[in-house]
Amino acid sequence: MNKGQVAKTEATREVDDRRGLVEFAANLTGIAELSKEQIELLLDTAEHFREVSQRPIKKVPALRGKTIVNLFFEPSTRTRTSFEIAGKRLSADVQSVSASTSSVVKGETLLDTARNIEAMAPDILVMRHKSAGAANFLARHCSAAVVNAGDGAHEHPTQALLDALTIRQAKGGFAGLRVAIIGDIAHSRVARSNILCLGKLGASVVIAGPPTLLPWRADALGAEVERDMNSALAGADVVMMLRVQVERGGNLNLPSTQEYFKLFGLTEERLARAGEDAVVLHPGPMNRGVEIASAVADGPRSLILDQVSNGLAVRMAVLFLLAGGSARNDESAA
Amino acid sequence: MRLKANIMDAVQIDRALSRIAHEIVEKNAPERVALVGIRTRGVPLAKTLHAKIKEFEGVDVPLGNVDVTLYRDDLSEVAASPVVQATELGFELKGYHVVLVDDVLFTGRTVRAAMDVLMDFGRASTIQLAVLVDRGHRELPLRADYVGKNVPTSIREVIKVACADIDGEDSVSILEAEQAVR
Repeated sequence: MNKGQVAKTEATREVDDRRGLVEFAANLTGIAELSKEQIELLLDTAEHFREVSQRPIKKVPALRGKTIVNLFFEPSTRTRTSFEIAGKRLSADVQSVSASTSSVVKGETLLDTARNIEAMAPDILVMRHKSAGAANFLARHCSAAVVNAGDGAHEHPTQALLDALTIRQAKGGFAGLRVAIIGDIAHSRVARSNILCLGKLGASVVIAGPPTLLPWRADALGAEVERDMNSALAGADVVMMLRVQVERGGNLNLPSTQEYFKLFGLTEERLARAGEDAVVLHPGPMNRGVEIASAVADGPRSLILDQVSNGLAVRMAVLFLLAGGSARNDESAA
Repeated sequence: MRLKANIMDAVQIDRALSRIAHEIVEKNAPERVALVGIRTRGVPLAKTLHAKIKEFEGVDVPLGNVDVTLYRDDLSEVAASPVVQATELGFELKGYHVVLVDDVLFTGRTVRAAMDVLMDFGRASTIQLAVLVDRGHRELPLRADYVGKNVPTSIREVIKVACADIDGEDSVSILEAEQAVR
């Protein structure tokens, strides 16, 4: 008796839909591991999850009985809250652990922490970690589905997906779109994931920033590189500003934040060089007066708060597709 | 999967829906009726019933759609990723006799899920069920209030409902699988 077939046959509606046959990945470690079809399935699913947050009862039973553990080894308010609310709106049981309250401060290794949490049989682990590749490492050692919520300067896939959803809503699609990403590209997992994601979806990406904050081989990712912000902005349909990581202090390789604003801050005058309908994105938290002027951040072209509500929908879609919507290895083997 | 028989054509479907529309307004005051189609093929059927009630009674009853994907009890048993669609209920359910509309009534699990969606949106006076085909094999204690056609089936068979809006034609056919579907 194969129950999987019952569900499929009864629900002809799912079989009939072309995209209903896309299998989602077992983990979300990075955009690099996703196909264009999987990204599109995710965006389409997220689009419909927006409606759940408008309902009188903002909760659906899709992930009832599933356990999600959020492991945040780096500080985060927005992303952690977003993952927590996303899990709760899907009726999953959500537990968050942050570095300061975990046994990491007692010297436990990541693998030991993971094994201990694994022993409590969670279904999904969401992790943010300072080391690149930490999520891939966790995925290799855990049977739970792993979601990368940011690993070092490597990837931040849900941020790229929510940016893609925001861009798609504003522009209708990605073909022929020119996206300028400005700022600290070298240390930015947001930039890396976005370059990969937008490339797969068919947009062209141009990056600009101070030479000290540009990666050695940005062209290898598929992005065009400009030293000068104005040339990067010319004809851009989307301007994505990156956060200057002020807290990194000495590692910043910048003379001063004032000088940064003068050369790479997004002001209304600079924005005028971009396309007429250009929209502005920022992954947050913003440093007003460092990488972006308040007039732009709060202006009519800013989609910064749309990004936040889309972030919730994207994370609901990710959790849903990983926990319920796709066949996990153990099940197909059974 | 091979075609075994065509059991309804466009004219027969239209007659069945006309009868169901009459039955709905016979049982309920038309101004308190609301129609809710279950995605995907319940949606065009609910639309047709809406037009017929308007034609027969001159009442424009509220019309909505529900997507039950997030309320299903078999999510992890579906091999490929199901596509979540929007639920659109543009009216308050309170005070209405809400008629859920679907193409095929089989195990009853979809209807159970649809009722849970409605419960989360508000308190309808009653929830009723209209289906084009009842094929039997219920796994839950449910029955339909309005049935287009009862089709006794074996578990090897599949009922395929085609709707003009989605499939280009209106028809109901019966297919047979190589092996039992469960």
